Amino acid sequence: MGGAGARFKPRRRARRMRRVGGSRAMAAGGRGWFRALALGVSFLKCLLIPAYYSTDFEVHRNWLAITHNLPLSQWYYEATSEWTLDYPPFFAWFEYALSHVAKYFDPQMLVIENLNYTSRATIFFQRLSVIFTDILFIYGVHECCRCINGKRAAKDILEKPAFILAVLLLWNFGLLIVDHIHFQYNGFLFGLMLLSVARLCQKRYLEGALLFAVLLHFKHIYLYVAPAYGIYLLRSYCFTANNADGSLKWRSFSFLHVTLLGLIVCLVSALSLGPFLVLGQLPQVISRLFPFKRGLCHAYWAPNFWALYNAMDKALTILGLKCNFLDHTKIPKASMTGGLVQEFQHTVLPSVTPLATLICTFIAILPSVFCLWFKPQGPRGFLQCLVLCALSSFMFGWHVHEKAILLAILPLSLLSIQRAKDAGIYLILTTTGHFSLFPLLFTPPELPLKILLMLLFTVYSFSSLKSLFRREKPLLNWLETIYLIQLVPLEIFCEIIFPLTPWKWHFPFVPLLLTSVYCALGITYAWLKLYVSVLTERIPVRQKAE
Amino acid sequence: MEKWSLMTITVLLALTVRWAVSLGSYSGAGKPPMYGDYEAQRHWQEITYNLPIRQWYFNTSDNNLLYWGLDYPPLTAYHSFVCAYIAKLINPDWVALHSSRGYESQPHKLFMRTTVFVADLLVYIPAVILYCSSLKETSAKKKVSSALCILLYPGLILIDHGHFQYNSVSLGFALWGVLCLSHDWDLLGSVAFCLALNYKQMELYHSLPFFCYLLGKCFKKGLKGKGLVLLTKLAGTVVLSFAACWLPFGTDVEQIMQVLRRLFPIDRGLFEDKVANIWCSLSVLIKIKNVVSPQTQLKLSFAVTFLSLLPACIKLTVQPSLRGFKFALVSCALSFFLFSFQVHEKSILLVAVPVCLIINEIPFMATWFLLVSTFSMLPLLLRDGLLLPYAVTMPAFLATCLASFSILDKTSAEDLQLKAFSLSLKGYVSWFKSFPRIVRILFLLSLSLMGVLSLLSAAVPPPQSLPDLFPISVSIVSCLHFLLFLVYFNVVILWDSKNSKSQKKIS
Repeated sequence: MGGAGARFKPRRRARRMRRVGGSRAMAAGGRGWFRALALGVSFLKCLLIPAYYSTDFEVHRNWLAITHNLPLSQWYYEATSEWTLDYPPFFAWFEYALSHVAKYFDPQMLVIENLNYTSRATIFFQRLSVIFTDILFIYGVHECCRCINGKRAAKDILEKPAFILAVLLLWNFGLLIVDHIHFQYNGFLFGLMLLSVARLCQKRYLEGALLFAVLLHFKHIYLYVAPAYGIYLLRSYCFTANNADGSLKWRSFSFLHVTLLGLIVCLVSALSLGPFLVLGQLPQVISRLFPFKRGLCHAYWAPNFWALYNAMDKALTILGLKCNFLDHTKIPKASMTGGLVQEFQHTVLPSVTPLATLICTFIAILPSVFCLWFKPQGPRGFLQCLVLCALSSFMFGWHVHEKAILLAILPLSLLSIQRAKDAGIYLILTTTGHFSLFPLLFTPPELPLKILLMLLFTVYSFSSLKSLFRREKPLLNWLETIYLIQLVPLEIFCEIIFPLTPWKWHFPFVPLLLTSVYCALGITYAWLKLYVSVLTERIPVRQKAE
Repeated sequence: MEKWSLMTITVLLALTVRWAVSLGSYSGAGKPPMYGDYEAQRHWQEITYNLPIRQWYFNTSDNNLLYWGLDYPPLTAYHSFVCAYIAKLINPDWVALHSSRGYESQPHKLFMRTTVFVADLLVYIPAVILYCSSLKETSAKKKVSSALCILLYPGLILIDHGHFQYNSVSLGFALWGVLCLSHDWDLLGSVAFCLALNYKQMELYHSLPFFCYLLGKCFKKGLKGKGLVLLTKLAGTVVLSFAACWLPFGTDVEQIMQVLRRLFPIDRGLFEDKVANIWCSLSVLIKIKNVVSPQTQLKLSFAVTFLSLLPACIKLTVQPSLRGFKFALVSCALSFFLFSFQVHEKSILLVAVPVCLIINEIPFMATWFLLVSTFSMLPLLLRDGLLLPYAVTMPAFLATCLASFSILDKTSAEDLQLKAFSLSLKGYVSWFKSFPRIVRILFLLSLSLMGVLSLLSAAVPPPQSLPDLFPISVSIVSCLHFLLFLVYFNVVILWDSKNSKSQKKIS
């Protein structure tokens, strides 16, 4: 036989591309299925072009117009639209480059005054730009899959770890709905991140550092994971050797390596921020990038610690009112519509300042960084630290968006296919994290779409990881299973039953509140579980023996 | 991974694609005064909900038959009634008599799309899944990939979830019929097929193979004994299920006659629009519609259709086999499509679905046919503004088939089920050795021709003197394909014999 092989390019369905296809594909380098998966998801993305898009669509249209029409010196001052440019300079340059293609689609979209401008050509251009820049993401995933050593030489292509990883990353539900329905450019940014991770795993440290530095100047949210990069590079690249017991050999410090790294970071920063430094606009750029004037929580509470904190505050308020500990008149009115207003006033618990969140985040990140330093485990340890950094800052950060959970989910995919323990955590985190993205799409036509895509991804991730670790103990215990199953009634209640009840008018925020609090529980649990597993992990005996 | 989870993923993927396509435009969106099939379905809801059942098919002051009058059999009308009932609960304006004409809004579109989605999910998809799971002599993965290919067939998705119709219901019932027959539940199968027939009269295209297969089965059992019993039972079942469907109309003969007149509008001419059948293609050379009188047209088309059906039907009656039955479904439906009277371009779906059933037997030809069939509806899809879903689902389907069946490696005479035929020709034809290569080249040529024509139709404005240039070339190209396919399917049917099967087993 040996049919399909070299030729199949298809959809993820190709995935089911079975023995016949598989055998020759593997012989031919085994990458046919990857093309199939990538092409398949790209087709799906194209089908989503007419779907709903959020205000982010207008944000990016506005940035196209700003960068196209104005000189560099006004990019960070322009404020005709409320959606001012608040990404780092590289992203602005990226929009500038795009705008030169955009003018062939519809020059009208490049007029700054055309607020909320849409046309068929504009939609096509913007959507296609996301789909095409995703090629970088696909390449990043490809490189990551190459890093996975196929210890488990599965006969069945569906059970190869690299295959499962490719599906988990390429077909990631969160990325699909955030980028291709909600509209953002996370795909190629995550592509850069995955690429830098892959380079670090391949011990091409300088390339990895360069990619990450560039990434930071595309979107500064990746600062969250910078500690992991910094410490890992310092530990594995700047110090070239370990002692026999795995601890640090201080004398192996390489001055050359530090200089190289510093040079890369400085050069990239100079390229990005230099022009603004010369123009004397650096403070303005910084103030646009870090808008601390926004509230503790986003309009819809991201499912993190602060969501629990706010909910606790609210619960205590109600309890206090019931038992007359609190005075009715002293309670600010707005507090009961929380979730709709940006500023949330705490009534019982102390209010939270940006500094407090910063300190909390720092403290939460610290153990993972220590762990990376004192218990180095190569790329695996780095990835664990990366995920923990992302998760910790998601838990405690100031004005965190629910979309930031992707920053933890995607790198965790890399770990999930390697160990059953991580796979269990991954399943909890992705399912709750993805579920918490549901409120992003609130228009009725997208309701079936998000549910179907979510089911598609969830069914796949559960069944594939289960079959991958079928010889080990179950990935989830009964409590976790019950928790995850409860998401179904929660969704039914929030989207179907609640809008039919009269509460809809009095307490419109209840579904959002329930979703974010319930998901916050799961994400906190996953965070703690991952932390415990990382901290209690022993360095493999084998390494000690060496 | 287990089979059920793969099947679940397949179904979810198919549903996702369906819903994504349904986000797009529909037939007659924002095109007064007549709108399109979307408005037709909505109008039927309005009629069936507001008028007494005796007036559904009659021209009255409340029911102008010239404005999308009901011209489908009773089951469609009942379905419309049920939908209208739900619509009334949500928003009475959607089905208000007279005033709702041409009603269009986002919520209403969502409602209509949901009705198609639900109908598809309840009738068509389970039939496909069960059919694929019950395939014999195939591995679990082959079953899943067959299901995937069938569910991703772009033609049906684009027409039902894009253009807007409920084909998946009638086709789904017909599939249930095939499914039941393949499990030897003949009575259930005939009930299912009667439902299909009573949902859409176009299912008559499939009726002859059903009839011949069951008749042949009775003959095989001996007409004096078991066969006769079966025949009586079958006849009884068919009469009963028809009676059940037509019960409200059975009160007087005039009702039944009026419904029948509505179902078979003989005065509407030989063909409509640009259909990829023989009459439309010939009319480029000779204007048949003008040269020949309508009565002669009817007789001519009937005679040609009958002749082209005959061989496959006789063969099936004499040697009833499940495999022959499926092939006969294809070839009879194709004959009807090519030669019969008053054919719509969407009727090609009636051929395409039986072709889906044999996709695991002749993957190469089936894929080719399914692509051509979708391509033949291109002018219609372009009119509806469905270029994007068409341009995405076609390559996606091709890619899926390439991956699932590696079709390009299955072009030998044996893979095309032409072994018996080639053996009988061996003495005369010497080019059979390079046959697989030739077939493959033809396939690629045809693909590129379709690609180029699609591109031209979508992007290039036609020359002013020939405004219909592209639709006509699309229908002529597709018609030529279909004629070749008809010959091919008939060859496979006629040369298929018990002997060749046993030969295969020996070799």
